[in-house]
Amino acid sequence: MSGSFILSVVTFIYGLAGFLYVCTWIFRKQVFGKVATWIALVGLIGNTAGILLRWIESYQLGIGHAPFSNLYESLVFFAWVIVLIYLIIERKIENRIIGAFTIPIACLVMAYASLKPGITSTIQPLIPALKSNWLIAHVITCFIGYASFALAFGVSAMYLMKKGRDDQPIVWVEIVKPLILFIFATLFSRVLFVHSWVFAVIVAIPICLAFFGIVFFARNLPAQSKARLLDRFPETRILDELGYQLILLGFLFLSVGIITGAVWANSAWGRYWGWDPKETWSLITWFVYATLLHARLMRGWHGKRIAFLSMLGFAAVLFTYFGVNLLPGLHSYGAM
Amino acid sequence: MGNQAISTDPFEKIWRFFSSVRLTIVLLLSLAATSIIGTLIPQNESPQAYLQAFGASLYRFFDLLGFLDLYHSWWFQTLMLLLALNVLICSINRLSATWRIIFPERPKFNLSRFRQLEPKEEFTQNSSGEDLQKRYQAIISRIFRYCRVEKTDNGYVIFGEKGRWTRIGVYIVHLSVICMLVGGVIGSRFGFEGYVNLAPGEAAQQIQLRNRNQTLALDFAIRCDDFKVSFYPNGAPQEFRSSLSIIEQGNVVKSQDIIVNDPLHYKGISIFQASYGPLPSRKQDAQNPDELTLVFTSKSTGMNYQKKAAIGQTIKIPEDLGKFTVDEFRNSYIFRGQDLGATIVGTLHQSDGAALEIVLPIQFPSFDKMGPIFNKARKDDVLISVSGIKAQPAEERYFTGLQVSRDPGVWVVYTGFILIIVGCYVTFFMSHRQVCVDIIESGRNCRIVVTGTVNKNKLGNERKVKKIADRLTNDSSQT
Repeated sequence: MSGSFILSVVTFIYGLAGFLYVCTWIFRKQVFGKVATWIALVGLIGNTAGILLRWIESYQLGIGHAPFSNLYESLVFFAWVIVLIYLIIERKIENRIIGAFTIPIACLVMAYASLKPGITSTIQPLIPALKSNWLIAHVITCFIGYASFALAFGVSAMYLMKKGRDDQPIVWVEIVKPLILFIFATLFSRVLFVHSWVFAVIVAIPICLAFFGIVFFARNLPAQSKARLLDRFPETRILDELGYQLILLGFLFLSVGIITGAVWANSAWGRYWGWDPKETWSLITWFVYATLLHARLMRGWHGKRIAFLSMLGFAAVLFTYFGVNLLPGLHSYGAM
Repeated sequence: MGNQAISTDPFEKIWRFFSSVRLTIVLLLSLAATSIIGTLIPQNESPQAYLQAFGASLYRFFDLLGFLDLYHSWWFQTLMLLLALNVLICSINRLSATWRIIFPERPKFNLSRFRQLEPKEEFTQNSSGEDLQKRYQAIISRIFRYCRVEKTDNGYVIFGEKGRWTRIGVYIVHLSVICMLVGGVIGSRFGFEGYVNLAPGEAAQQIQLRNRNQTLALDFAIRCDDFKVSFYPNGAPQEFRSSLSIIEQGNVVKSQDIIVNDPLHYKGISIFQASYGPLPSRKQDAQNPDELTLVFTSKSTGMNYQKKAAIGQTIKIPEDLGKFTVDEFRNSYIFRGQDLGATIVGTLHQSDGAALEIVLPIQFPSFDKMGPIFNKARKDDVLISVSGIKAQPAEERYFTGLQVSRDPGVWVVYTGFILIIVGCYVTFFMSHRQVCVDIIESGRNCRIVVTGTVNKNKLGNERKVKKIADRLTNDSSQT
């Protein structure tokens, strides 16, 4: 059994776990949640085994290297960290509904790694620039950071759902909301599915409409069923704090990730910072989350504004990860 | 500030402007937004490339705004400078205000404040207050670095605290940002970044500075003794290895192989394996073929005889038609103003004793049919052609591209790296925690109230206070 095969099975296991978490949420049956946790754990073990097997296989092929060298391997590791951190949170908070908003992310990441044409799951030899121990440190820290931000994104989405519509909406948030959604949808479709910007914009419009359709539908649900959907969510103050803690973790690891990348760049190319698009975008992401931290700690921002900033930050993360491949630069080996 | 009169002192105004967090947020978001532009427009390309991509007017517009070297433009650097000043002044401002809190001579505890605090854990114990105070003090001083006992009207109170110093964490982060920026400035003021391309065997003392049309003379010469590129079976490069020697006043002072990720350092200057490229192939000295196949066609019998030969070799032509010497191989042969390409030149020793020069272009096997027409001395009893040559493929030769740079600021930047990691960890995940164990004697029993405060992660505080209360209860029940 090869590592790649196990990993494609893991995709389905995560899918099943995510489905069961959603069932727990909708049908309010705790038994689904317990099963989901065990299945997610099995998935995590499979994910670990897949990564280790790839490591061993690469040595059998005589090109031994740690399995963090291309887009496929980074995606697989990304999913692994998401599930690991989620399971730790589940244990600490004792709430399984968060799983309905985070495990599907891990499943999507794995599915994307396996299904997207052009992402090769074959083990490739390392090109000279990647032959460095900094590679391992850089990839691991970056993806712990990215995974924390992905989870913070899921938690922020939950926060916004739980909080519902404001009685007194903040004007800039109301304007920025559809804009962020549109940018998100466009970037997503351009980066992940289609090969032209025009087409991506065309795809983004129905996505936005569908999203607002769901929001509209949810708002017009009878108050009772709305309450039934939301009452098992953790309290808003817990969601707010949890999202913030995840962002702290993400920010620390993003910083370490940028730093290890800089030290590596200095040993490979003789400069620690070259303003190449990937470096610049990671810095942009860092700026966005630094803004969030200062707004929260020094200006007392809480709740919705922080949730929106967290989503904006995750958009920057996605662009750093996928979007930069559309731009010219040195990180091309992270590309497809 | 409240009722303070707004100062008209310009210095104070500037100070207040730079100490606002609103400015920080504006600067961070501006830096993020403007940085995007530089990732969409390729930076530091040649004017020709820009003209082609954007056209003349847009190019001039971008150039005017500094978009073509955005991160070094005056306005981007000004934003960075403002951020540095903002960080510095904010930190000085706040640190001077909180210094007494972070490093007090004797930590202050306000009992009435603790008594009003939530979360609160309460329990009663069946022992004397003095006994409990002794036992609890031992536990609290084990968990908390600082511990103090005070006598109250009806019992004792034990204060404990730890991690007061972690309040300094955020200033470590801010200092690290200043370090990185200062290191960057030192690097760009006193360092250089250049490159030089060397063919194996070549040496150079001059390097080309990057993004500037200047060269720089080093104190030493770099000689490339050898350069090797190896490839994986799938064609991807496996290793670039340059064997370099540093030559000072004619002497080799250092020799080292460098590969990507493993540079050579000499006198503060680092030499990196940055790129490589093919050397222009030199056709003039292409190698002689090792073996060539000649075809002799006899006119009388119509037979074709294939013979293998090498340069300089003389072979007998069958049917006693004479002998043929392969004299040389030429990469090109000009015949009546036309280049015939690779050609074998030989001598035909005819059966009548005459020796004639024979030209055999490899691409034109029937060329020799014209031989008897051009040269009356040539008998037409045999025609010669070359059907193939075999030569070792000429080894592709590469030059090595070396990055030569000096960055005296790098250690300042690296100090900043370490400080930011430590600072972020301390700021995010360590906290200043205080606990108050209030032992209230009432008759033969004691009521104990545990409260605690923490300067961050308030959610976790509830659990921590409960944990401490549990530890205290368990300790009492054991005895």
